[in-house]
Amino acid sequence: MNTISPFETVLRGIAITLVILFFMFPIFWIVLMSFQTNATILQVPPSIFFEPTLQNYRGLITGQLVTDTSSLEIRFMSNLFNSLFLSTASVAVGLMLGVPAAYAFARLKFRGSEDIAFTLLSFRFAPPLLVLLPLTIYFQQLGLANTYGGLIWVYQLIVLPLILWIVRGYFEDIPADIEYAYRIAGHRWWTTFRKIALPLAGPGIAAAALLAFIFAWNNFVFALVLASADKQPVTVGALAFITASGVQYGQIAAGIILSIAPTFALALYAQRYLVEGLSLGAVKG
Amino acid sequence: MTVLLKLSGVDKFYGPVNKGVHAVQNINMDVMKGEIIALLGSSGCGKTSTLRMIAGFEETSRGTITLAGREVQALPPVRRNVAMAFEGYSLYPTVTVGENIAFALKAARLPTAEVEAKVREVTEMLEITDILDRYPTSVSGGQQQRASLARALIRDADLHLLDEPMGQLEPQLRTLLRGRIKHYIKERGLTAILVTHDQTEANALADRIAVMEGGVLQQFATPQTIKEAPANLFTGTFVGEPPMNVFAAEASDRDGQLQLDLGDGLHLTYAADAFAPDVRATLLARKQIMLGVRPYAVHRDTHGARAQVIANQWLGDQSHIAATFAQGTIVLVEHDRADVAVGDAIHVRLAPEDLHVFDKDTGTALSHGAQMA
Repeated sequence: MNTISPFETVLRGIAITLVILFFMFPIFWIVLMSFQTNATILQVPPSIFFEPTLQNYRGLITGQLVTDTSSLEIRFMSNLFNSLFLSTASVAVGLMLGVPAAYAFARLKFRGSEDIAFTLLSFRFAPPLLVLLPLTIYFQQLGLANTYGGLIWVYQLIVLPLILWIVRGYFEDIPADIEYAYRIAGHRWWTTFRKIALPLAGPGIAAAALLAFIFAWNNFVFALVLASADKQPVTVGALAFITASGVQYGQIAAGIILSIAPTFALALYAQRYLVEGLSLGAVKG
Repeated sequence: MTVLLKLSGVDKFYGPVNKGVHAVQNINMDVMKGEIIALLGSSGCGKTSTLRMIAGFEETSRGTITLAGREVQALPPVRRNVAMAFEGYSLYPTVTVGENIAFALKAARLPTAEVEAKVREVTEMLEITDILDRYPTSVSGGQQQRASLARALIRDADLHLLDEPMGQLEPQLRTLLRGRIKHYIKERGLTAILVTHDQTEANALADRIAVMEGGVLQQFATPQTIKEAPANLFTGTFVGEPPMNVFAAEASDRDGQLQLDLGDGLHLTYAADAFAPDVRATLLARKQIMLGVRPYAVHRDTHGARAQVIANQWLGDQSHIAATFAQGTIVLVEHDRADVAVGDAIHVRLAPEDLHVFDKDTGTALSHGAQMA
C-alpha cells in the first residue's frame, strides 16, 4: 500500500512543520506575550526566556488594569460575558429561524423562493457601515439601541444567511424519499422533520452553527456603533487596552488568549460533527 | 372482486395546469382487490408520477383517486394507508436494516414477538436474514433494495406500491425472488402496483399490465392480451422481445385474393377467406396500413417471400436472424441453431393469423390475425 519513499516522508514532514510554524508562530508568540510584562515584551532584542508572570490574567479577571504609572478599571470579564451571550443567543435565534427556512427552501418550490433566498444572502454583501447609519437612528427611535435584543437582531444579518445557505445545502443532500418513506409509514410532516430531516442534517447544522458563532464572536462594527460600554463584546472592549500611558501589550495578549478560548474549545468539540458531516455523503445512493 | 383503487381522469402537470409539462394525461384505471398491476413504460413515460400521485407525494392536478372507498387525492400520505418501496431504497441511515424493516410495525406498537416473526418471514423470503444487524450504508445496493422491499411488504396496508423493486438484483436472484414475491403477495391477498421498465418482470409478476407512453395509458390488460392483441402500434412494438417487426403496406384486391404490397416489389398474397369479411373490408377500405408480425411468428418457408440475411446470432437457446425484407429489416427467432450465413437468401412466410394490422396515422390496432381488434 505505502509506496512513499523515506525521502519523500522526510520532505513531507519538513513541509508540514514549516506550514505549522508559519501559521502557529503568531499564536505561540501571543501566548508567550500574555505571560510577560510590558517591559519584557518591549525589550530589544526580544527573548523567549523570561520570568513568567500571571499579572496580565490577574488584571483582566479582577478588572484592575495596573500599568507602570497608573491603575485603570477595565471591564474585560463583562465584555467576555457579553460576547458569549450575544454570540450564543444570536446563533440560537439564527438556528430557530434559519433551519426551518432552510428546510422550506430546500424542499418546497414556491413562487419567488429563489428570490427570497437570494435576498437573504444579499445581506452579506451589504457594507455593514452603510446599513448601520440608518439603523442607528431607527434603533434609537425604537429604543433598541444599546440593548441585547437589538444587538441580537442586528447580528442576524451575519448569522441568518450563513445558517440558511449552509443548512439548505445539507437538507438538499438528503434524498427526499427517505422522508417520504417515513411519512408513508404513518408519520406526520412535523415528526418527519424532527426525526429524519433534522438528525440527518445534524452535522451540517452543527457546522453552520459553529461558523455562525465564530462570525458573530468576531464581529466588531455592529457592537461598536450600537452598544455602549456595558453591552460591548470583547472585540470592542479591547480598545480599552490602548491607554493614555501606552498600549498594554501583555494584557492584550492575555485578552486575546481568553477571547479565542471559547471558540477554540467549541471548534475542538464540534470537530467530530464536522468530520461526520463530511462522511455523511456515504448515505446517498 | 371489488375495486380497490380507482383512478378517474387523473392528470399531472409539472408547472401551471394546462401550461406546464403534461406528465400524466387523463388516466382512468380500476385495480381490483388482490391484483398485482405493473405500470410498464420507458423512462419519463409518467409511470413513476402516477405511482407517486397514488402515494401522495405528488399533487394530483386533476381527477380523483379512490382507494378502499375513500377519495384520497387530497389526503396527506400518512392518511392513505399505502406502503411503498422506493427506487432509491431510502432506508433510514441511522438504524440497522432490521430496524428499518420493523419500523412501521414498531411504530404501530405491535407486540415484539409478532414483529420478530414477521421480520423473519419476510427477510427469509428475500434472503436478507444475515444483514439485519448491519447498517444500510454497509450493505450492497441489491441488499438495500431488498431491505426496502421488505420494509414495504411487511406492512399491512391497503395498497403496496413498488417502484422498480428489483432493478439492482442479479439475474438469478431476480428470477427466484419474482416467484417468491408473487406468492407472498397472493398468499396474503395484498394488492400491489409495481413500476418497471422490465417487461419480463411485468409479465412474470403482474395480473394486468398498464403500458404507458408519453403520459398516456396505452393499454391496460393481461399480459396475454397485450401480447396477442396489442391496442396500438406502441404497445405492439414496446412489449415483446425482440420487438415486433413493422412494415408499411398497401392492401388491394387482386382477383379476389388480398394482396399486401410492402414496396420494393414485394407482395404478400392471402386467400379470400384468410381474413374475416369485416377485416378484409377494413383493410381494403384503408389501403395504407401498418403491418406487424412478431419475430417468433415469422417462419422460413421455401414458398415464402424473399429476404436476405444480414445477421445470424445464436444466443445459446435460440437464433435471432435479421434479414433485409421489403424496405426494412425483418427479425425472426428460431429455437434451433439456424444454418444460414450472412448474405444468404431465405424465404419467409407470414401467416394471416399472426398479422397485426394498425392504422397508418393513429397507430390504433385494426385487426389481430383473422379478427377485428
